[in-house]
Amino acid sequence: AFKAAVLIQQWYRRHVARLEMRRRCTWRIFQSIEYSCEQDQIKLHNFFSYLMDQFTPSSSKERDFISRMFISGESYKEAELEKYCDYESIEVPDSYTGPHLSFPLLPDHATALLEAFQQKQQLHARYVLNLLHETRKHLKQLPNISHVSTCYSEEITVCGDLHGQLDDLFLIFYKNGLPSPSKSYVFNGDFVDRGKQSLEILVILFTFLLIYPKEVHLNRGNHEDHMVNLRYGFTKEVMQKYKVHGKKILRMFQNVFCWLPLATLIDQKVLIIHGGISDTTDLDMLEKIQRNRFVSVLRLKKRKESSGKPQIQAINGESESGTDAAPRLSLQPQSAQAPSTANRREFSRWLRQTVQEQIDTCRRLVDISESEPEELTYSSMVSLKDTDEPCWTRQEEWKQVLDILWSDPMPQEGCRENKVRGGGCYFGPDVTEKFLEKYSLQFLIRSHECKQEGYEFCHSRKVLTIFSASNYYEIGSNRGAYVKLGPDLIPHFVQYQANKTAHLLTMTQRQGFLVALFAKISRVEESAFRALREKLFAHTSALISAFKSYDRDNTGKITLSNWATAVESVLRLGLPWRMLRPQLVRSAKDSMLEYKSWLDDLAMEQRSQEHIQSSLLEVIYRNRSNLETIFRIIDRDHSGLISFEEFQQTWKLFSSHMNIELTDDGINDLVRSIDFNKDGNIDFNEFLEAFRLVRQCP
Amino acid sequence: LVAEIEKKITEAFEVFDRESNKTVDVREIGCIVRSLGCFPTEAEVQELLEKIEVEEPGGFVHLEHFLPVMTKVLLDRRFRPIPEDVILHAFEALDENKCGYITKDDLVKHLTEG
Repeated sequence: AFKAAVLIQQWYRRHVARLEMRRRCTWRIFQSIEYSCEQDQIKLHNFFSYLMDQFTPSSSKERDFISRMFISGESYKEAELEKYCDYESIEVPDSYTGPHLSFPLLPDHATALLEAFQQKQQLHARYVLNLLHETRKHLKQLPNISHVSTCYSEEITVCGDLHGQLDDLFLIFYKNGLPSPSKSYVFNGDFVDRGKQSLEILVILFTFLLIYPKEVHLNRGNHEDHMVNLRYGFTKEVMQKYKVHGKKILRMFQNVFCWLPLATLIDQKVLIIHGGISDTTDLDMLEKIQRNRFVSVLRLKKRKESSGKPQIQAINGESESGTDAAPRLSLQPQSAQAPSTANRREFSRWLRQTVQEQIDTCRRLVDISESEPEELTYSSMVSLKDTDEPCWTRQEEWKQVLDILWSDPMPQEGCRENKVRGGGCYFGPDVTEKFLEKYSLQFLIRSHECKQEGYEFCHSRKVLTIFSASNYYEIGSNRGAYVKLGPDLIPHFVQYQANKTAHLLTMTQRQGFLVALFAKISRVEESAFRALREKLFAHTSALISAFKSYDRDNTGKITLSNWATAVESVLRLGLPWRMLRPQLVRSAKDSMLEYKSWLDDLAMEQRSQEHIQSSLLEVIYRNRSNLETIFRIIDRDHSGLISFEEFQQTWKLFSSHMNIELTDDGINDLVRSIDFNKDGNIDFNEFLEAFRLVRQCP
Repeated sequence: LVAEIEKKITEAFEVFDRESNKTVDVREIGCIVRSLGCFPTEAEVQELLEKIEVEEPGGFVHLEHFLPVMTKVLLDRRFRPIPEDVILHAFEALDENKCGYITKDDLVKHLTEG
């Protein structure tokens, strides 16, 4: 009997180990795909660099189109913001059954909102705008770094990324209690994007912020940035939910985001920031800068030639002065004669000049009207006290903010550029050590990275990552967590996992632990592999060339070993391909793979648009995220529609950058075949949806 | 063939390499060996570990030491899978009441009474 038991143990251990391996591989897949998406931002920058430096427009129309992409749309001075985004003129009809807000807010308003959102109701635009105005007023008085003490409330609860997952916020409030005079909360950024209820989360958080200003603290995350919102879903969500007033609401959010504090300090001992630090992070500088100047921290890399000249912003990057640029930027170039479009360098110079002129114009306009009484912010008061001028450059200030919001810890020592995300640094345990010592801190709390258990320590427990969005990649992928700190500053964790489709994950006792685990892992795994197969499909041409290089005799087959090497060389995801192979390659005979038919099988899985040339299809799949962002930039009134001409021009520019041939007929085919043409306008949301994998509804 | 085996082993190892520094916690070795298709018993895993040098602090295994040992294991085709009928037989042997399953406690009991 003992022998039998040992055998079973052997078998059991092997199965658990295999599942564990699969679980880790799945995690790897999701992470590498997520980070490679962030690479898209860099690719986008390359596209804009290309337009600026290498592209030769073939017509003045084309030239104007390009310049429109660069020059920021309407921006408003802070005072004008109030006029444009006013709410008082908005009537709330009697037919409205949602919650009503009045100011100052009371706890009852918060509970009403929570109930309303639980029942999927929507807050009226008037109240949203009113709330945003009040929130902005409140945030403006706050310093860049909030100071919290455990003397006031015994325990402080710190939450990480929520990413629009309202269920997780409800779960946190359910388990931990609502914010109150005896319950302090710090929310560490990334409230929006990806999840579909970013708006509701913000409304709830801002409401509690105004009701309990001493107890509720919000930090800015890298997603509290309208450039990121264009890509990751918040912009889309607002426009879908508020068709009439969405644009105003977005403008207000854009402004409110840049007034969010950058960090929170507990008892002068624990620093909470969204991303991390770098070897140049300077808390004194961070306390003094004017944080609202950093509307968006994403922008083009500095060009070597323009050293000494101020940076050219790509799309509504940092606003140069204390307030936003003047309204209604003229689109007519102010230089005398448009250059001959044949000369590439001249075009490039002209473009820079035009953009620079526009910026200068804005600056001048703002300087003149600086005499209007601007409410003094905490940080501007601090700098008034100093007798000398702030001695750091705009560039240095920008780097401080970027590092705080985008950096990630790494196990190796040192500090290097975070090329994966395209912003911030990777900082090592030595950087942490020095930083904590310099400011007499005990440890750092940050978020920004998804962790399987919802939280994770690193750097010898000096850095804590807390992540509050459960099931982030897929249902069952990870837990969320929050951390509680008492006066002893010892962290206590609470984990949770929101599960709507719980019935999928619970199994009866009889079926046993292994089956349940298997089912859970399978589900998440399936999702990961679907995403991976889509990526493989998106690189079909490159893969074929790579495979062919291993198949000199043109047999149509390669070894599985070469398959793995080739795939990594094309996708560069750093994944264990040999481990993943059984799930990706079903049809291998004598360990040789017929690669062409394998790729054909992959293509069939994708929602095939057979009449569209395959190379174009690939480009769309590979660059969907960037295409979406570009369309949103062009669609300045956020209507979801762009004109057919704009659509055409975008494709022309893009295909020239991507080096693919795309004729006018090709573009027309695109438009016609998918039938999303609406009176000469293209609904680009529908267009992009057509190229998404068909997902099984959970 | 050896090169391919080494690549496979390295891949599996790296999945468990938390800090990307070519080391894994000694407790994960069993998992790695098994995910490479082997069915060692606990005792056999321990034997393997003795062959691999384990660095003292915290008990880490370096890829350099793991690779040659594991390569030999795979080349020698050790710890092969247990055929299904044998496993079924084993279950039946322990399932005294013939109810179609055994509980974890039963298994533990038999293992500790050996």
